Amino acid sequence: MDKVIIANNLSLSYTDNENIINKVNFSINSGGFVFITGASGSGKSTLLRSLYGALKPQQGSLIVGGVELNGVSTSKRNLLRKHIGIVFQDYKLIKEWTVEKNIMLPLIINGYEKAVSLTQVDSLLKHVRLKHQAGKYPPELSGGEQQRVAMARALSHNPILILADEPTGNLDEYSSQLIWNLLEGANNQLNTTVIVVTHHIPENMNIDYKHFHIEFGTIHEVN
Amino acid sequence: MKSISNHFSLVIALLSILFTIQIFIIIDRAVDSYKENLATNYSVVIVSQKQLSKDTILAINPLINTYTELKPDSVIKRLNANMGAKNIELLKLSLPKFYKLKMKHYPTPNEIKKLTKDLLKNRAITKVEDFATNHNITYKLLLLLKNIISIFAGTIFVVTTLLILKELRIWQFKHSERMNIMGLFGSPIWLSSAVLFRLAIVDAIISSVLIFMIFSYLSNSVLIQEYLNNIGINIIIFDNIYDFAILFTTAISLSILLAIMIVIGHKEEV
Ligand SMILES: Nc1ncnc2c1ncn2[C@@H]1O[C@H](COP(=O)(O)OP(=O)(O)OP(=O)(O)O)[C@@H](O)[C@H]1O
Ligand SMILES: [Mg+2]
Repeated sequence: MDKVIIANNLSLSYTDNENIINKVNFSINSGGFVFITGASGSGKSTLLRSLYGALKPQQGSLIVGGVELNGVSTSKRNLLRKHIGIVFQDYKLIKEWTVEKNIMLPLIINGYEKAVSLTQVDSLLKHVRLKHQAGKYPPELSGGEQQRVAMARALSHNPILILADEPTGNLDEYSSQLIWNLLEGANNQLNTTVIVVTHHIPENMNIDYKHFHIEFGTIHEVN
Repeated sequence: MKSISNHFSLVIALLSILFTIQIFIIIDRAVDSYKENLATNYSVVIVSQKQLSKDTILAINPLINTYTELKPDSVIKRLNANMGAKNIELLKLSLPKFYKLKMKHYPTPNEIKKLTKDLLKNRAITKVEDFATNHNITYKLLLLLKNIISIFAGTIFVVTTLLILKELRIWQFKHSERMNIMGLFGSPIWLSSAVLFRLAIVDAIISSVLIFMIFSYLSNSVLIQEYLNNIGINIIIFDNIYDFAILFTTAISLSILLAIMIVIGHKEEV
């Protein structure tokens, strides 16, 4: 089976003296669905940052989508990012852009035609139940609504890999279920690899998934 | 509303810089025109023992533009009654020659000193009246006026530059967030900063058009025309093509420079 992510002896840190992630080895299959759990401050977001090339490996090798991220060039990294959909823990929506344009961002970057983009955004807005908020600006939305916009943005360009950092952190039961359905759908129908950081793995998952737990700088699979 | 406030601050800053530049251009034009007035009125009178040829006079100093010989006839006419024609001819020959010299432009005091020296080098020239003291006072006044204006314009320029630099920091903050997010989705830097450059160019165009309207209005204003006529200055307040080109170029270069500074100063966050 193809590997989307291969980490070899990987260490991650923000300062030279302390590793948040310490010499870990793991791999993730193409088309896989992975949950990552761990205590607050254990390094879950840090790991995701390294996967989209924002945090360079301190040591070891990290290959994502066939690109070695240790020492990657900016242009190569940008090319990789075009095929990744990210839901950030703090959403990172563009405040001065409407909800609609925010969701369109990856489509703009990937050079989609406007008409195609609009149809895609329209369908996503329906899926996350935000059709009526399309023309609003992110600061005018509730936390949960912003989170759903971030989710829609991550899905808009049909990425090969989705990285979602606590995508249901701010949502009620009903909205959380919307998000899980969307992620499952992408994984199921488009064979998108999905990596989700969460504190609660939903009980009614309809697909096979893996579960990695981060603790004391190491990653191990939970069975 | 949102888009208006986006443009407001840079447009205001650009406007005040453009306004200062145009005012400076106008004052400079006024001073130059006044100088020309002075130059046409100013002359140096020399006394020579011999007749001087045109080439000799013009070769003395490049500042000399034209000259006229002052005919002693009017003086002699009064003596005419009591003198015979023969004597008058004799007198005419023995009298020194007077020349009035006009300058190409209004000279500085140093240029006058040099001119006087050059003139006296010629053996035939015995006396030079350069009206130096009068000239000095006028010249110093003119200089004072120009210096005051320069200091004034300089101050406004510095203040607005500081204003823009402060604005730049706010901008940098505002735009770096968007540029960062776009970068996280793989946007190349030219695309992430495209909005910024478009904003900069649009603001430059807006402020140029506004300044064009302001000065077109001012230069057609009867009140201002009358005022300038009263102080004897006849200048173009706003040249629709030449001045506008200067202001527009300044506005575009300034705002693009600003945008480039933001892009260069942009740091990717982890
Ligand atoms: N930009 C940063 N610079 C320096 N240290 C950081 C930075 N971001 C996170 N850290 C540190 O790295 C460690 C792991 O942080 P991280 O955000 O990965 O935790 P997390 O597992 O995502 O926690 P949470 O569940 O609260 O989101 C923490 O101790 C944190 O203080
Ligand atoms: Mg986190």
